[in-house]
Amino acid sequence: MTSDPARRSAPATPPPAGLPGLDPRWSRVVDAAGSSWHVLDNGPTLAAEPVGTLLAVHGNPTWSYLWRTLVAAGARAERPWRVVAVDQLGMGFSARDERVRALAERVAELGALTEALQLTGPVVTAGHDWGGVVSLGWAVAHRDALAGVVLLNTAVHQPLHEHPPIALRPAMVPALRRLVTVTTPKFLDTTLALAHPRLDRERRAAFRAPYLEAARREAIGDFVADIPAVAGHVSRPALDVVADGVRGLDVPALLLWGARDPVFSDRFLDDLLDRLPHADLHRFPRAGHLVAEDVDMAGAVMHWLDVRGLGLDASAEPAAMGGRHRAPDVAEPAALAGGHAGVAPATPDPVVPAPDAIEPAAATPAPPGPWRPMTAVLDERAGDPGLALVELRGGTSRHVSWRLLARRVDELARGLATLGIRPGDRVAVLVPPGADLTGVLYACLRLGAVVVVADAGLGVQGLSRAVRSARPKAVVGIERALLAARTLRWAPLLVASGPVHRGVREALGVDATLAEVADLGRAGDGELPTPAPDDEAAVLFTSGSTGPAKGVVYTHRGLAAMRDAVAATYSIGPGSPFVAAFAPFALLGPSLGATSVSPDMDVTAPRTLTAAALAEAVRAVDGAVVFASPAAIAGVLATADALGADERSALGAVRTFLSAGAPVPRALLERLATLLPAARLHTPYGMTEMLPVTDVSLDELVDAGDGDGVCVGRPVAGARVEISALDAEGAATGTPSTEPGLTGEILVTGPHRKARYDRLWLTEQASSRDAGRHRTGDVGHLDATGRLWVEGRLDHVVVTAQGVLTPVGIEQRVDALGGVARSAAVGVGPRGTQQLVVVVEPDESVHVAGVLADEGTAAAVRAVTPHPVAAVLARRRLPTDVRHDSKIDRAALAHWAEGVLSGRRA
Amino acid sequence: MTRVLVTGASGMLGGATARALLAAGHDVRTFQRRPSGVAGVDDVRGDLTDPAAVGAAVDGCDAVVHLAAKVTITGPEAEFHRVNVGGTRLLLDAARAAGVGRFVQVSSPSVAHVGRSLVGAPAGPAEPERARDPYARTKAEAELLALAADAPGFRVIAVRPHVVWGPGDTQLVGRIVDRARAGRLPVLGTGAPLIDTTYVDNAADALAAAVAAPEGSFGAAYVVSNGEPRPVLELVRDICRACGAPEPWRRVPAPLVRAAGALLDTAWAHLPLPGEPPITRFVAEQLSTAHWFDQRTTREALGWAPRVSLDEGIARLAAASRR
Repeated sequence: MTSDPARRSAPATPPPAGLPGLDPRWSRVVDAAGSSWHVLDNGPTLAAEPVGTLLAVHGNPTWSYLWRTLVAAGARAERPWRVVAVDQLGMGFSARDERVRALAERVAELGALTEALQLTGPVVTAGHDWGGVVSLGWAVAHRDALAGVVLLNTAVHQPLHEHPPIALRPAMVPALRRLVTVTTPKFLDTTLALAHPRLDRERRAAFRAPYLEAARREAIGDFVADIPAVAGHVSRPALDVVADGVRGLDVPALLLWGARDPVFSDRFLDDLLDRLPHADLHRFPRAGHLVAEDVDMAGAVMHWLDVRGLGLDASAEPAAMGGRHRAPDVAEPAALAGGHAGVAPATPDPVVPAPDAIEPAAATPAPPGPWRPMTAVLDERAGDPGLALVELRGGTSRHVSWRLLARRVDELARGLATLGIRPGDRVAVLVPPGADLTGVLYACLRLGAVVVVADAGLGVQGLSRAVRSARPKAVVGIERALLAARTLRWAPLLVASGPVHRGVREALGVDATLAEVADLGRAGDGELPTPAPDDEAAVLFTSGSTGPAKGVVYTHRGLAAMRDAVAATYSIGPGSPFVAAFAPFALLGPSLGATSVSPDMDVTAPRTLTAAALAEAVRAVDGAVVFASPAAIAGVLATADALGADERSALGAVRTFLSAGAPVPRALLERLATLLPAARLHTPYGMTEMLPVTDVSLDELVDAGDGDGVCVGRPVAGARVEISALDAEGAATGTPSTEPGLTGEILVTGPHRKARYDRLWLTEQASSRDAGRHRTGDVGHLDATGRLWVEGRLDHVVVTAQGVLTPVGIEQRVDALGGVARSAAVGVGPRGTQQLVVVVEPDESVHVAGVLADEGTAAAVRAVTPHPVAAVLARRRLPTDVRHDSKIDRAALAHWAEGVLSGRRA
Repeated sequence: MTRVLVTGASGMLGGATARALLAAGHDVRTFQRRPSGVAGVDDVRGDLTDPAAVGAAVDGCDAVVHLAAKVTITGPEAEFHRVNVGGTRLLLDAARAAGVGRFVQVSSPSVAHVGRSLVGAPAGPAEPERARDPYARTKAEAELLALAADAPGFRVIAVRPHVVWGPGDTQLVGRIVDRARAGRLPVLGTGAPLIDTTYVDNAADALAAAVAAPEGSFGAAYVVSNGEPRPVLELVRDICRACGAPEPWRRVPAPLVRAAGALLDTAWAHLPLPGEPPITRFVAEQLSTAHWFDQRTTREALGWAPRVSLDEGIARLAAASRR
């Protein structure tokens, strides 16, 4: 500890009154370690004996104000937690003195303070930024009291060979440091500007309150100087002690991570996960460095404490539990209500424990049967010269036999292993459907590498956000994908799926081509490890039409179950070659033993599929089964007139046509039926988290007739559908039920359900809060014959004073009116007393003047809607999602409607 | 059976309330300057600011429904104050002295309306210092006065019917129709803001229900409306059509009209101009911002729900205007 006698001393004081969110009863001034401290302590406000203590340590340049929501949340009626948030010495409203502190002193001083505070019961530490290091230092030194650790964007390791984060560098140049951190509040203001969304004026002022003069900012500079970025730094040994000690922590750990942090980037997160592999991680894609301000941090922490059973049995000695362990998934005392964490665009992510938790009986999952790996067929047919797959592209074709495919997969698997890909490593694959994609995917499955698949339809930004969040070790892709991968730093290892020009190869730093990987594989002949059924097999990203795309983790067993569900539902196997114009199913072909063909089209733009290209693909394999997306159907229908007699007769041989990916309007299916006279038309319902869930044929659709919502048919073999009824507030709180007519959130179960979401602990908790089931976020009901009807999204229900309304049934009635192209039913006003508003997009022929629909349309809409409609509005074009251009963005429309209906300009 | 005094029963809502109370089996006395015209009541005439007349009116009553007020859009502030505040104070004192047990203060949502949009809003506290015109200001003061008088044995409840209309209405319907006929009824802005209103029979039912409301509902204010907000353009159009008046057609930017209204307010307040200004700032605001309310609390507290829907009300208006 050095000292600087020129510094002005001042004792600790309570903060000024009136700072938003701060209760003056929390503030205490405590003497410890020869100095006076300001701490926030909710102890005096607790109504009951706390079950434990949360010790929260802020970073630089914030203060205990950062933890105010946690201090408040701890003082709950049931199982309260004492929350002690300290102002480190020289920071916040703690004392100023002449001393210049380094990490070791700060850890020791915190220990002296906790002794003076007499912390009782199990302690869970919480730390942010450099406070993370100090809190972990305390944790490592107090193993006997430690019950858990919570970390927000922080780091315990600064590798010497890597540069410190760019954002910090100006402040780390000794000549500049004082100017940036102390003389001016530049560093402070820059940090406060990192909040997403922006902090309001009052909160910014509150964070600045302890640092109004340069003399009060000395420690901000000290903290920056204490970053041990160079060898021989005085704090290097202390940091190493903490970093090594963390590896030995076997208590539950929670990481809440803002992904948009210029200081603590994902590499620091990787390092922490490496040290705490058992940690629960939620990475908020839209939050940043000040994650505690950007999301409902306090709600997340309290929920986690409950789920991990911390404080449930205060008498147990937490540190006595030997070995690295995962706390059991205890019966959840509090369930997450509503919304998916991490997707709210402008408001903090909602993470609100529901007051009355539901504890449904566990759905009875099918007992895990004998497991048949996805690669089993390839092994069995390694000598089979028959056709495995055909790739049609721009007038050329590529035919691959089973024998060739099996060999290629084996070579690629070995080659990837030689390149350093280990079982469990992630490999992002950005290759269009065809022989190369199939080869890479099955090679990864064989090797036990985890395939990361995201749809190019997400756009470069969305794709990049998705791929980076999965932290792949390698990217296998076409040239365009590798360009993005290199520029946006997706992965350390790049593999080109096809030949690349030498110049491009050098510019992008491509490590190998697939051909070279196969060559490497031919040279290696060691035994490949065999993945276990419950190892991770794939991370598949959702379409991202309702927020940032979410990574969905499947195990090998889960993928195999998906294969079996598709095989059973559509009778696909060795005798039924199929046309795969819908990417996900293209991948299943080799595992099903069925010959598959990918038609000539741009899969990222399904509408590019022509009727002639489809006919050619059908002919190439005598395809009896066709998989396509609704957009592809539109493309086929638009080009059907150009078909010759031969092509028509080829299409006449199609036995089953399956349309997947989004709901298909019945009219479209009926037109398709005339083109495919022998085919049974099917539409599955499902989602990235479980596909398929139900299936319906066109005949059944006609038979079901009109109803409240879209009929999606009955559960497929092995799948189970239940409904969690909506309460009067529109929340899905009902116990899972199969009672007909009950409207609520759709819950799905089956062996082919996801294993979990990737790095989204809170979202996973919310979606899996009913044992064994996945909450889909869709609302609907089952009818008396067991058919499922989808009525819309849970987030889009309209909660009126008379009851809860779902949008799809209303929209169907309105869409059927003359002059209406499509419509959206939305709610305006506060939930619980919302008014129903219908927004129509008129036919092209109708002129739209003003925001109110014309009188005739308004009257017609009211006449067909069985609920009072406050207003009927008109828009030339309804906003839709970028992905499908089919899902109407009801949230955006509701916002717009609320604006114009309250008198704001249209 | 209770005896209920209704003040201001010569007005549309007062008369309807007296009839609703009669229908509910109460003994009804009415009190205002002109004859109430309600059959079957004990009609006492007098001025609300006359202590002797007020004392005689409350004598022997169990409950009071106080509607009498100066409701015009403009006028000298002192006159509003004398009737709306002074009259209410006098009536409260007299009622308490006479042993009245329940007092229903009929108020207005404008006591808490400060010109912003109200979207599914609760009944906020009355704010005289922020109210927008003399009427709202004095009604706000009167409501605070009345609620402050709430005590065991003398229970006070405030009910704020929102934009009451019906056949024979000279306020909303009368003004809309007059202006439409004079070609002075423009559409402000988009015409889209959602406005809730109250058909007169529903408001009368609500006031009658307030007299018999559960004890726990007293001491607070409740907004009463049909709970059927509609775009202002549709509402005005339907009223014009029901009354055979021409429909509005000219579109005028809303901010312009609000500014003009403010200017005219000032002119009429300081110059000896006859009648009412063509538009006041308050009216311009009312017509260009949303105002509709959360009715859940009201309906539960009063044990009341509207019987006449908006569409049925318009049909009744049309039928009455054809007669």
